[in-house]
Amino acid sequence: MSSSNGTGPAQHTVVAIVEDKPGVLQRVAGLFRRRGFNIESLAVGPTEFEGLSRMTIIVDGASAPVEQVEKQLYKLIDVVKVNDLTHEDAITRELALLKVRCNNVNRHELLDVANVFRADVVDMATNSLTLQVVGDGDKINGLIQMCEPYGIRELSRTGSIAMTRGAKTTTVHESEPEAIARVHQSQGRRVEADLPFSSD
Amino acid sequence: MVRMTGSQILLECLQREGVSTIFGYPGGVVLPLYDTLPQFPAIQHVLVRHEQGAAHMADGYARASGEVGVCLATSGPGATNLVTGIATSFLDSTPMVAITGNVARTLLGKDGFQEADITGITQPITKHNYLVMRAENIPMAVREAFHIAKTGRPGPVHIDIPKDVFQEEAEFEWPEEINLRGYRPTTKGHSGMIRRAAEAINEAERPIIISGHGIIWGDASDELVELSEKASIPVITTFLGIGGFPETHGLSYGFLGMHGMYHANMAADEADVVIGIGMRFDDRAMGRFNDFNPDATIVHIDIDPAEIGKNLPTAIPVVGHVKRVLPELTERLERRDRSEWLGWIDRVEEEHPSLEIRETRRLIPQEIVRTLYEETNGGATLVTGVGQHQMWAGQHYFYDSPRKLVSSGGLGTMGFELPAAIGAQMGVPESEVWAICGDAGFQMTMQELAVCVDERLPVKIAIMNNGYLGMVRQWQELFYDENFVSVAVTQPDFCKLAEAYGIRALRVESKGDVLPAIQEARNYDGPILIDFHVDQDENVWPMVPAGAALSETIEMPEKELVR
Repeated sequence: MSSSNGTGPAQHTVVAIVEDKPGVLQRVAGLFRRRGFNIESLAVGPTEFEGLSRMTIIVDGASAPVEQVEKQLYKLIDVVKVNDLTHEDAITRELALLKVRCNNVNRHELLDVANVFRADVVDMATNSLTLQVVGDGDKINGLIQMCEPYGIRELSRTGSIAMTRGAKTTTVHESEPEAIARVHQSQGRRVEADLPFSSD
Repeated sequence: MVRMTGSQILLECLQREGVSTIFGYPGGVVLPLYDTLPQFPAIQHVLVRHEQGAAHMADGYARASGEVGVCLATSGPGATNLVTGIATSFLDSTPMVAITGNVARTLLGKDGFQEADITGITQPITKHNYLVMRAENIPMAVREAFHIAKTGRPGPVHIDIPKDVFQEEAEFEWPEEINLRGYRPTTKGHSGMIRRAAEAINEAERPIIISGHGIIWGDASDELVELSEKASIPVITTFLGIGGFPETHGLSYGFLGMHGMYHANMAADEADVVIGIGMRFDDRAMGRFNDFNPDATIVHIDIDPAEIGKNLPTAIPVVGHVKRVLPELTERLERRDRSEWLGWIDRVEEEHPSLEIRETRRLIPQEIVRTLYEETNGGATLVTGVGQHQMWAGQHYFYDSPRKLVSSGGLGTMGFELPAAIGAQMGVPESEVWAICGDAGFQMTMQELAVCVDERLPVKIAIMNNGYLGMVRQWQELFYDENFVSVAVTQPDFCKLAEAYGIRALRVESKGDVLPAIQEARNYDGPILIDFHVDQDENVWPMVPAGAALSETIEMPEKELVR
């Protein structure tokens, strides 16, 4: 098994399509903790199907054979589909907000840096600039490095999200939405603000 | 559609799932449910004396009968008391549905009286769990819970229901179908992999089958016998796999592992193709992973894909249900003469017998188990605790059919024996159930003696009383320089204790009294306890020390031969 010999990539990108139900995040996080898989980042959001969420999990490759991660994820009843995008031609994106110290003297210089990274200025004050940057981890690390000399007052970063390039998808099969909707209705699993059917 | 309360809906659903027995203990938040119980006379409620006992009883019921065991507890401490029993079931993959009440919905998360986040607690020790927040959602939760518990790799499922959901009224609708899109166990094996497995086995000179608990839960004993007979492949089992292949069969070579038979361990280490079927290459079975037979080609057949390659690198994985996979594999196997290989194992067994009962002056537990075997013709169901007596019950009784040995293998839960024996007796009422107990483990759950009396169960309770935490004492003797710390157990007079509950009791202190006591117990139609005073210093052999390889199995040292 190539993935269990410990020579795999440093990081794995795993995408899991999960039921949008309370407790799912705890199940996934609990699984990773218990099996000793280190999560570098985790991002959760809705998918194109109501009732399904998409988790993008960046796993420390040294901590676990990714095959075990995938299989253990599949054992969770609420996990519908798992894909390892590590070796796929995939787009990965993070978003970061940086509040950087600046003054009238160096503001222009900082704006030049932001331009190079195609970061947007989303807020400005007399002695700071807030930049928003989108990109893969390396790009964001690059901007952070360039901003450090000015003084980073605050940094907020999302986890990575990922998607394969081209027409191929990693989501549930395209013929499934109807079936899924039907199951949803029959199970009374409309997610409601109060008293949802929950399974945690 | 009928309007019913949550309690009625739950009991109606359990009845539709075929539940006839619930092991439980009442308390505040489940009172609405208990209030409703008399409306469902087909469901028998067994009042336990501690919720841990309820979980073990449900587990023992499941293991002996093959049906899903059900236990019930109130919120908070009632629910947390189930935890050991749920974890026991989880590690051994037995089908169980555990139901707990919780505080009313308005109080959830407010740290109210007897509130525990029990679904948070059971999440890593269940196959799945539910917090049902509406009465109308109970049927689907129950339906899914039973489906999940008994299909695929079985396991415990927990359902938590707040008090006011029991009281809430809803239209009852029985879901005709379930569709869990995230749960579709693979049952059909990949034909290409089966072909590859067959090729590897056909070419093998020294193949060996290691069969596990999955053969028993997959109901595939006959299929396994056919396979091994056709290709003349010797079969050894894991501890939990005992009985999955008839132990008196010519191709049976006992069980392997830390206290497995010497020849079984050597055969596993000598084989050129190791075929693991319905087992998980656990450390207690395989010894040090890195040094387990490095030259063998490993074929692994299991329903749980996550077990493939988890502990040992697998050359040929087949994910599927054993009952479907084995016949397909058998069909592709060639009849081969493997008498040379079988002769090799036979010779090892002759030269290194593991199961000889030596002549001793003092009463030893091995002899008691063997006498019981001879007296019952192997027909009894033995339910054990954990420790030395457990290993002897595995070694010296020979099990020719599944579900005759009930034991906590994975979690190793002391105190499992008595409640699990009660469950086993209720699961298969006509069977002869012997609880083989350690004197220490017995004291962990002995309050359940009351249940034997309540339910008039003819459980035979045999305590292997050596006054010690025997297995711990053995480890301290062998690996901690005989520095015996906290292993001598003071104990009540077990006979008086039994009699205090109204249970008949016998004490056996000499070898000559063993057989008459067993005979008396067998002829007695009711619960009976035998307190066997056995040699204190007896150790379990053979032994693979923790962290050693199977090839390093140690036999009984000479100095212990005579006692």
